[in-house]
Amino acid sequence: MADVPESDEEEPETDGGVRAYTVRLELVDEPGELLRALEPISANGGNLLSIHHERGNITPRGHIPVEVDLESPPERFDGIVDALRDAGINVIQAGAEHYGEELSVVLVGDLVETDLSETLSRIEDEADAVVKDLSLAAPEGTNATASARLRLAIDSGRAERVFEAIRAVGTDKELTVVEPLVGGEA
Amino acid sequence: MRLAIVGAGDVGRSVADLAGEYGHEVVAIADSSGAAVDADGIDVERALERKAGGESVGTADPATLFETDYDVLVEATPTTLGDAEPGFTHVERALETDHHVVLANKGPVAERYEELRALEADSAGSIRFEATVGGAIPVLSTIEDCTPQAVTAARGVLNGTANFILTRMAAEGLDYEHVLAEAQDLGVAEADPTFDVDGTDAALKFVILANVLADGGFSLEDATVEGIQDIPGSALELAAEDGRTIRLIGEASREGVRVGPRLVPENGALAVTGTRNIVQLETKHAGSLHNSGRGAGGPETATAVLSDVGRLPSLEE
Ligand SMILES: NC(=O)c1ccc[n+]([C@@H]2O[C@H](COP(=O)([O-])OP(=O)(O)OC[C@H]3O[C@@H](n4cnc5c(N)ncnc54)[C@H](OP(=O)(O)O)[C@@H]3O)[C@@H](O)[C@H]2O)c1
Repeated sequence: MADVPESDEEEPETDGGVRAYTVRLELVDEPGELLRALEPISANGGNLLSIHHERGNITPRGHIPVEVDLESPPERFDGIVDALRDAGINVIQAGAEHYGEELSVVLVGDLVETDLSETLSRIEDEADAVVKDLSLAAPEGTNATASARLRLAIDSGRAERVFEAIRAVGTDKELTVVEPLVGGEA
Repeated sequence: MRLAIVGAGDVGRSVADLAGEYGHEVVAIADSSGAAVDADGIDVERALERKAGGESVGTADPATLFETDYDVLVEATPTTLGDAEPGFTHVERALETDHHVVLANKGPVAERYEELRALEADSAGSIRFEATVGGAIPVLSTIEDCTPQAVTAARGVLNGTANFILTRMAAEGLDYEHVLAEAQDLGVAEADPTFDVDGTDAALKFVILANVLADGGFSLEDATVEGIQDIPGSALELAAEDGRTIRLIGEASREGVRVGPRLVPENGALAVTGTRNIVQLETKHAGSLHNSGRGAGGPETATAVLSDVGRLPSLEE
């Protein structure tokens, strides 16, 4: 049995990226049950992000639903779910439901003229990203050069491909794309 | 060492001025129209006075510089793209006659690196070019000390003019044109700042870094280059709301060279302010190293030239 990491600062060993997953469990309302449920996660290369313990929401069978957010290398996720089931934990739902990484980019140009909402949906489609928020600055009015900062949620380890896609959209629409510098100790 | 200095601009003049302090002797200095040449050492003060008075550094033909007895040619003529002339021919001439060469001129090292190395291989002399990257900051000698194989990439800010403009735009909420004019008044930007703001100057330096890391293979046309001319004040404001700022960042690795405006943490190491430069070396076994300091200026660049002169092996006569 591998050691259970004492803190979530311990990084799982990965050679590629890690991805975020949400697992919904139903736990028997007994002391120590939650700890028992979390053990197979860290023991199998998962990194706990958060736990929502819905005590007020007891299921008809008297179980407590618990939502666990975790990160793991994609190739290890199935192993985590199997280990949970092997430990007798009732896994209701498991899957990648949200994104593991956030990054910001700034776009500069005739944003309104070039149809900002279409730009955003192209970025979401082509870069496979979710635009979490948008700040727009158009000091000279919307018919002139404006800047927009986008906060994007992406899958961990995919930043390079996301940037490539955003650059392509930028080239098409003659927008300047200011990318963040990723990697290294900037 | 006996120095022959070709080019009497800010850099060439400062090298002449400081050479004595570093224990070297100036036997020739040339500009585009004349030269002062004396095998026993020229009167540096007099040559610099002439230049300051609007004359050439001396009355001799510039070509006579190559005919005198010298150990090291200091190449400090203007950086040019493509064929990198007249610098390349000057270097060629010195190496073919078994002299050392120290360059401040980026052109030959960025555009014709393999040819330079081939000339060096056939010569008793060697070439060094610390001054071409980051002025006073010891970048190439740091890579040399780490051994180039142990350095995986170099990134950072290597153009003080562009950095000054972005810093002022962010601090004062001013637009590009306004700050550029101010920089020109202060003498930080040249009358024609094109190569500084369009990324070319920084790209040449990162091309040189890529050549050092990969032992050649790169020239300016291999670099992906974007400038800062299209960055409005509003982009810097949005970046600041998020704890970031925008800098003209270059990246060099064995895979390629890229220069462009990038978002960096406002309080991060790479967000140097004003005309300061910084280079971050990514190493295989020791994380990253940062060297920062003055990336340009006559005396600053001359110190890099003279450190190189000090690292040259002595020539067997
Ligand atoms: N300044 C810096 O901070 C800095 C930093 C790093 C590297 N560098 C590089 O160092 C080099 C010199 O810079 P700088 O600022 O001193 O340049 P500069 O002020 O433009 O001076 C260039 C000098 O080269 C002379 N020259 C031009 N063609 C010549 C020829 N065919 N034969 C002999 N001399 C010739 C010019 O002569 P005239 O005086 O007759 O015009 C002038 O004296 C450039 O390549 C630059 O990119 C400069």
